[in-house]
Amino acid sequence: MASNSSGGGSSDRQRIARQRLSRIAGHLQRPADGSSAIVAAECKAHGSQADVPGEEKTVPRRRQEIMKWNGWGYSDSRFFFNKKGQAEFTGRRYRLSGLIIPGLKDWFESTFGASLQHKTPATPILNSSAVQPPTLNEAFVEELKSTGIPLSHDAEDRVFRAHGHCLHEIFALREGKFGRVPDMVVWPNCHNDVVKIVELACKHNVCLIPYGGGTSVSSALECPPEETRSIVSLDTSQMNRILWIDEKNLTAHVEAGIVGQDLERLLNESGYCTGHEPDSMEFSSLGGWVATRASGMKKNVYGNIEDLVVHVKMVTPQGVIEKSCQGPRMSTGPDVHHFIMGSEGTLGVVTEVTMKIRPMPEYQKYGSVVFPNFEQGVACLREVARQRCAPASIRLMDNEQFKFGHALKPQVSSIFTSFLDGLKKFYITKFKGFDPNRLCVATLLFEGDREKVLQHEKQVYDIAAKFGGLAAGEDNGQRGYMLTFVIAYLRDLGMDYYVIGESFETSVPWDRVLDICRNVKARIIRECKDKGVQFSPLSTCRVTQTYDAGACVYFYFAFNYRGLSDPVHVYEQVEHAAREEILANGGSLSHHHGVGKLRKEWMRDTISKVGMGMLKSVKDYVDPNNIFGNRNLL
Amino acid sequence: SDSKYLDPMLKKRDDFEDILEERRNSSDLRYALRCYIPVLYKELTPCKASELKSMVLQSDQLRYVINQVCKETGMAADEVQAEAAAILEEMAHRLQLSTIRFFAFTLSKVFKTLFRSICVNEEGIQRLQQAIHEHPVVLLPSHRSYMDFLLMSYILYTYDLALPVIAAGMDFMAMKFVGEMLRMSGAFFIRRSFGGDKLYWAVFSEYVKTMLKNGFAPVEFFLEGTRSRTCKSLTPKLGLLNIVMDPFLKGEVFDVSLVPVSISYERILEEALYARELLGVPKPKESTSGLFKARKVLSEDYGSIHVYFGQPVSVRSLAQNRVDRCQFNLIPRHIPRKPGEDIHSFVNDSAYRLVRAQEENMVLKPWVLLASLLLQNHHQMQVAEQKQEMALDELTEQAVWLRDLSRQYGAFLHWPDHVSPSEAVSSSLSLHRGLVRISEGRVQLAFEQGEPCSTVTPEEELLNQAVIILSCASYRNQALHIFLRPALLASAIHTASSSNKQEVYNSFSFLRNMFSNEFILCPGATVQDFEEACYLLVKTGALQINQQEFVVTERGHRTLGFLTRMLDPFLQGYQVVCRFLCEDATEGLTEKQFVPAVRKFIIRHILTGRLRYTEVLSSDLQKNSLAALLRLGAVQKLKGYVGVCHPCTSVCFDWLRQKQAS
Repeated sequence: MASNSSGGGSSDRQRIARQRLSRIAGHLQRPADGSSAIVAAECKAHGSQADVPGEEKTVPRRRQEIMKWNGWGYSDSRFFFNKKGQAEFTGRRYRLSGLIIPGLKDWFESTFGASLQHKTPATPILNSSAVQPPTLNEAFVEELKSTGIPLSHDAEDRVFRAHGHCLHEIFALREGKFGRVPDMVVWPNCHNDVVKIVELACKHNVCLIPYGGGTSVSSALECPPEETRSIVSLDTSQMNRILWIDEKNLTAHVEAGIVGQDLERLLNESGYCTGHEPDSMEFSSLGGWVATRASGMKKNVYGNIEDLVVHVKMVTPQGVIEKSCQGPRMSTGPDVHHFIMGSEGTLGVVTEVTMKIRPMPEYQKYGSVVFPNFEQGVACLREVARQRCAPASIRLMDNEQFKFGHALKPQVSSIFTSFLDGLKKFYITKFKGFDPNRLCVATLLFEGDREKVLQHEKQVYDIAAKFGGLAAGEDNGQRGYMLTFVIAYLRDLGMDYYVIGESFETSVPWDRVLDICRNVKARIIRECKDKGVQFSPLSTCRVTQTYDAGACVYFYFAFNYRGLSDPVHVYEQVEHAAREEILANGGSLSHHHGVGKLRKEWMRDTISKVGMGMLKSVKDYVDPNNIFGNRNLL
Repeated sequence: SDSKYLDPMLKKRDDFEDILEERRNSSDLRYALRCYIPVLYKELTPCKASELKSMVLQSDQLRYVINQVCKETGMAADEVQAEAAAILEEMAHRLQLSTIRFFAFTLSKVFKTLFRSICVNEEGIQRLQQAIHEHPVVLLPSHRSYMDFLLMSYILYTYDLALPVIAAGMDFMAMKFVGEMLRMSGAFFIRRSFGGDKLYWAVFSEYVKTMLKNGFAPVEFFLEGTRSRTCKSLTPKLGLLNIVMDPFLKGEVFDVSLVPVSISYERILEEALYARELLGVPKPKESTSGLFKARKVLSEDYGSIHVYFGQPVSVRSLAQNRVDRCQFNLIPRHIPRKPGEDIHSFVNDSAYRLVRAQEENMVLKPWVLLASLLLQNHHQMQVAEQKQEMALDELTEQAVWLRDLSRQYGAFLHWPDHVSPSEAVSSSLSLHRGLVRISEGRVQLAFEQGEPCSTVTPEEELLNQAVIILSCASYRNQALHIFLRPALLASAIHTASSSNKQEVYNSFSFLRNMFSNEFILCPGATVQDFEEACYLLVKTGALQINQQEFVVTERGHRTLGFLTRMLDPFLQGYQVVCRFLCEDATEGLTEKQFVPAVRKFIIRHILTGRLRYTEVLSSDLQKNSLAALLRLGAVQKLKGYVGVCHPCTSVCFDWLRQKQAS
């Protein structure tokens, strides 16, 4: 189902914009009593109004109003098994919302050996009294209050900013356990607010931890337990305006707290997009992308964050760092942007970013290809990369994920569709002789003007055919991308029934892709067995990005933990082993999730002792008193 | 320390099943033609032997080397390519089921005439089957006989396991018909030496790796490189082990299972052949006609064979915390590189562990103990210039004592418990009637003696005696690994200047180091071996340790005496080599000349009565001692010449002399 368009008029653009939005994240309704949530306090520091009026803000200061405190995403959206034992997805935000997913139960039970009889429900209410009382630096609080910047030491606010979405973090929340949490939350409204906060933090020796969208999966947001100073979470979510759009240079200057979906939505309204779409884009923020070196699904057309950023402003304890011009490329020594990108909140707060923008694509088309096996699929992706003709997105799922995707098909309304599905299956498995336990599927997304998209599509399908690939329709493709957004919700469902899991990623040279996929999956299975996991785990992977010299590989891993006394510890041991396996197979420590505290132990081996020294010396100069004390990375 | 770790008695071993029994009761033809459906590697993509060849020839590895050779020699690419194809043609197996069926039929006939039984541990077979399904498998049998690899394939066929491809020496190829038959039963042929031949190495290693990675078939080779003529395990060769570990180290497979297989023959077909070879009668070149001449062996009784499939060893677990696999991340994996120091030592240690695993599961028959006792007795009597015979009762008494001792040391001894010891002894002796003679209740080694035949020179007579001695020694050697560590300790206690633990340890460590070319002693495990030896001697009440002092107990003298005598021939051998090098070696002695020269020296000394151990005539012993002296720096090789390097030699020699004096 491609979004079709014959012309390029602005009304068309807006129509496409609407369609795209509904496809990606669904229209987000403004919270019913949004007035209290959104303080439209204008930042006094700004002389002028923002160019683009940003009325609909997704993220309120009190996140708890729309989001879960102990799980992924919106409170209104979740999977559950209804009384008939069928899986349903609630809410109205996603394509899957309100639908019944008949195949999920069987898949879930047979894959994990789980049973709907064995539940592990989460603690329903956040018990504020279980949260440590805040350690406040009174002098700092007093001075900060006088600036008028909003702040809070409410337990709920603090708990929300004490974690990302690693398994151990969510698992602890579900059990109602809270470790060290920030002592206070502040919500700057603009760059100058941040400057003031950082100055005061330095003056009073307070520890600052920047907080964007809270989607980290590297323990980056965890408060170091050994930190004795007062910890202040600096929540950038209210710095969410597009300050200007420069159509001549195709750039936009944006406050770093804006979340992905708002950025795209607002730009779309003017007919533009950044094209940067990480899987977490509903919640993750621009500043977070810069701080972790994020990657978007459509990087083949638009580039990763490092390709998109033209100018960055960051507030550090030593002052503000920024370049003096917006030249598209410079030879001025090592690029200081590269100290900022990937700094993971250890050097300062990114406040404003000038980003490249593009006119919205005229035409988009999904697609999918079925391959007889994963080897052929990888060979095809490699050839596509060699010919440098990758579509905006091309992803290859292994057989387990293919089956998983299949299990997530919503109930079909017409007999005709189900008949067609049956026919397709027959054609592929019986007529073409594909082994249903070996075949795998690649999902594709093409973007651009219509003619070129069609041409491009043909080129890619021709290559696929050389590797035994069969075109398998747009619908399969689209569902593949939709899954990306709901998979995090599925983890919460699993956790209701003794199933825990997570995904992790790496990047690896082409010649190693097959080996790393096989070995890491096998290692996960072996480690689970060795660690006493009673049920065979789900261990699956996909290739999500292609590059000239390699690919990004994602692993998904989950298991049924019934019978284990410390499932999180087992989980962590297995993930640790899997990471060792990745590194031993020539994979990188991370492609885009970052290092945080979870993967710190491997940093020295990854970048060498000298490399560590270089990073440390930057930290020592920029932040000698460790004000940005989240202790990530180094 | 953890006694479970030290106590070899606690090793659990599987039971055996005789596979010949069924052969004696049902049709061999039907057996050879029966339906054979082996369990295969789960990720196997089936491919024909010919496809395999083209995979090898088109591999990145080979293409890279071909390119290199072109650049170096200026030859055209297709010329080198053709050469590679020819090498592969010469090397490759042509495994086909029909040949295996032919062998299944004929070998059934042969085995039934030669052997009483072929016993296999079925649990090991089950483990192997599992391993073959899970990961690429490497079979590592011990090598004592030409029979080994046909026997292996025969057993795997019997149990419906995937048939292996076997690395065999090129010398088989000389037997035209047989060579081709072996090729069709899965053997592939490697030149004995191809030192600098890059292309040959590339074809060879790629061929093995391709078969292994694809799980085409279990790859079988002999860690010891060649048949052990002495029945002692040989120092492992690392070339092939390096090759089969490489796919794991480079991440091309998740794991590789190494399965040590211990094949023990109650009587070895090549027994006398080996002894002659060790004494310098050259080995007959393998020829088909020679094989037929060997038909007379068919009329003899060779007892039983025990084949023990050991626990599969995962290369992954061996490498865990040992090898940093990241080292392969920075250079394309198809570019050949010499393994680094860490990889080399890892492969070496692994090889030793695997040979130890082979040793541990070798089945010992009572004869092995009898041979040890008879040899010791023979020598003691010789020294005392008495008649070298022994009362049968006394032998039985000693054998029972040794049986119990060896069991306490963890020997995998098959002593028939349902018959009386004297019956067990006499039936063992009768199977080896070519080596022992019994008359009037007395036993002695079966020398042709007392015939004043003018045609036989004293030297010839000596060599004839030596054949018997070395044959017996080859059986004694099968038990060496059981007694080795305690024997080293016993000798160390015997020679140390005091009974202080540290002194004894130093002496133990010296002996162990000196003998590390002779016996399988894992590198870097001196402390472990010492502790194990102490543990065993203390446990069996032979030794007490009081405040860092070793005290040999009353009953311990017998044990320690036996143990020291076990090592004596070896000490004598090393000593005589030292003496030769110091006294007799001329300038410019080449390595090739070494063995004949030292043999001449020894014969002269024995005939003049200055030397008593006939066993030191073994060229194996001589070569090992030279290798040890080279390794210890007592001797140096200069441009192929062997020369004594003072003062190390004199230290070594002095020590050995002291030892002799004591």
